[in-house]
Amino acid sequence: MTTSPILSTSNTTTAPVHTLSVYVANNPGVLARIAQCFSRRGFNIESLVVSPAMDGKFSRMTIGASGNPEGLEQIIKQVSKLIDVLRCVDHTGDDAVIKELVMIKVGVSPAERAEVLQIGEHFGCKNLDMTETSMILMFAGKTEKIDMAIRMLKKFRIIELVRTGKIVMSRGEGVS
Amino acid sequence: MTAIAVSPQNAKKSGNKANKLDAAATPAPLDGGQALIKCLENNGVEFIWGLSGGSAIPIFDAIITTKTKIKMVLVRHEQGATHMADGYARATGKPGVVLVTSGPGATNTITGIMTAHMDSVPMIVITGQTISPMIGKDAFQEADVFGLTMPVVKHSYMVKSANDIPRIMKEAFHIATTGRPGPVVIDVPKDLSSGLCTAPLDPEMDLPGYGEPPPIDLHQVQAIAAALSRSTKPLILCGHGALISHASAAVRELAEKLGAPVANTLLGKGGFPEDHPLSLGMLGMHGTAYANKAMAECDLIMSIGSRYDDRITGKTSQFCKNAVRIHIDIDWAEINKMIQVHHYCVGDARAVVEELIKHVARLDTKAWLSHLDGYKKHHPLKYKMQGGLKMQQVLDELNKMLPPDAIVTTDVGQHQMWAAQFIKTIQPDTWISSGGAGTMGFGFPSAIGAQFGKPHAQVWAIVGDGGFQMTLCELATACIHKLPVKILVLNNHYLGMVRQWQELFYESRESGVNLEGNPDFAKLAEAYPGAKGLTLKRPADIRKILKRAMEYKEGPCLINVECIKSENVYPMVPAGRPVEDMILEAPKTKLEKPTGST
Repeated sequence: MTTSPILSTSNTTTAPVHTLSVYVANNPGVLARIAQCFSRRGFNIESLVVSPAMDGKFSRMTIGASGNPEGLEQIIKQVSKLIDVLRCVDHTGDDAVIKELVMIKVGVSPAERAEVLQIGEHFGCKNLDMTETSMILMFAGKTEKIDMAIRMLKKFRIIELVRTGKIVMSRGEGVS
Repeated sequence: MTAIAVSPQNAKKSGNKANKLDAAATPAPLDGGQALIKCLENNGVEFIWGLSGGSAIPIFDAIITTKTKIKMVLVRHEQGATHMADGYARATGKPGVVLVTSGPGATNTITGIMTAHMDSVPMIVITGQTISPMIGKDAFQEADVFGLTMPVVKHSYMVKSANDIPRIMKEAFHIATTGRPGPVVIDVPKDLSSGLCTAPLDPEMDLPGYGEPPPIDLHQVQAIAAALSRSTKPLILCGHGALISHASAAVRELAEKLGAPVANTLLGKGGFPEDHPLSLGMLGMHGTAYANKAMAECDLIMSIGSRYDDRITGKTSQFCKNAVRIHIDIDWAEINKMIQVHHYCVGDARAVVEELIKHVARLDTKAWLSHLDGYKKHHPLKYKMQGGLKMQQVLDELNKMLPPDAIVTTDVGQHQMWAAQFIKTIQPDTWISSGGAGTMGFGFPSAIGAQFGKPHAQVWAIVGDGGFQMTLCELATACIHKLPVKILVLNNHYLGMVRQWQELFYESRESGVNLEGNPDFAKLAEAYPGAKGLTLKRPADIRKILKRAMEYKEGPCLINVECIKSENVYPMVPAGRPVEDMILEAPKTKLEKPTGST
């Protein structure tokens, strides 16, 4: 997992981030097996989202990983080989829909509230919580938009922040 | 490994009493352990190699209560059990089955599981586990076996309900034996092997991620055939996959039709008969000079079931850089993993080769074959007969005396390389050696497993004094079952291969290689009732002693061969170097440390 939770490292390093979607049987250990394919080869998993698919017997995983393309090709093959994995697709470079979500808790004085809400409105946020001294804003969208929203809010006191990581879906009628 | 554990035996007993009344009408219900044993029977299992313990008692008990015909072989160390199952699987093609208890019993199998995984050997390893409510609470003899073995298995299961056992067993055997074979671990909590299993014993499998392989791509086969037709200096590389898919007849037909020479990997020995005129023997780090010259000078190399391992390729960027490179393999992940290839075909080796034969014709290889014959004449494998008893000479003599269907297993080290060079393997499934893992201690127990699988074959375990000491406790197992396994201990009182590297690359600084304090192995063998121990010290006695060992049939026969220390295995391609840097004999100048993986 990345050690810098604020910004995605795609903005701070030159290693390309690949987005993989993996469709798996929902059996115990499947997540650990897939993570091991990466860790064994020294690859960094930037983000990982997993949740039940339409059919609860299966799960969808979206993995953001960075590393050299050759090594990644081997990882994709090894992940595909796993008995519980039905398919593993690399969406990098595809015209796929890739989004993520972030909740940011900002400490605000009444004087700062307006500016924070202005920034939030520009990025299309939902206001989830409001108190005398804080508010929670939720943003959804492309990774780059999320990164920019966070950057804009950094001048205020960010109390905490959590990102979901990317989820991905191919365009058109086909299945990812 | 015994443990006292509490389990709901009493509740079960009263249940069984009531059921005995209508036993005539319906069979008594099975518990998880009994269902497991019945499933093993249904899969044609003949042997279980194992060692009991508290968590596994219900399964061991079921061996008796089901009155099964399966023979339970009690070993002396769980590592031995895994290597026996491995040797059996390599000799017979059937999966080997291991049954051990939880905690340290299970962790003792990890080396053997890794060994099988590296060499694609079908194996089922059943481990007892603490009772379900105690899992994760650091119970007595609890270990996260599922987690520990994850990277070294083809697949694994943690049983969550006794009724899952029949489906899991069926899936486990299917996974272990199909596609690229491999080990499958099944972790069975004790309350589930004691609990009732009411599920049918032959259910449907549920493997949505593991389906039928696609048919062979004919375009790929035709592209390979076209590439072959343009070659005048081809080299066929026969690997383990050719043996796993029983392709040896097809490989021979292909080689003879093309007129192409064949080199084999360490694990490919026997896929193409090494006494055939087209055979170049083993290639790679300690392969024959002529096989390596063929690799360096060919214009086309085609691997049938070899994964182009680093022992073969040397420096990958230089490997066959001017040749057309072809790869036939059942595992798509191996294609382009080590080296980039020009053509490939993913599929069962035998099916692909049988199809390929239809599309090829005789190549113009007369000059190439004659050129390679020249290399065979000028750089044969050789050793000096004077200057002390040498492993090479003993193995050379043994080779002349072995029947063609004899099974040879080896341990790991210099003796293994010399055995690969001097024992000519003629038939498939008669050469058993730990390749990918290089596991010391493999040689003797794997011979035991092979002997169980092929009771009428003559089985020789060729081991070094280092490796043999790691699993020699299995002499007890061999003696109890009166297995006439021959154990050739090639004893130079050293970890010879490492000593060779230290001599060549570390200015002869010996560190951690001197095996002082070796016992008299012949005496040690005879401490086990039924075993025979012989000692061989002089070259003149070689044939006589080997013959005596061959004649002893009441149990295992060990020969302690006192060999000289100072021999090195040649040829040698230092790790990470291209094959052109092959060393044929003791170098006169200092060598740089190799940079490749050990």
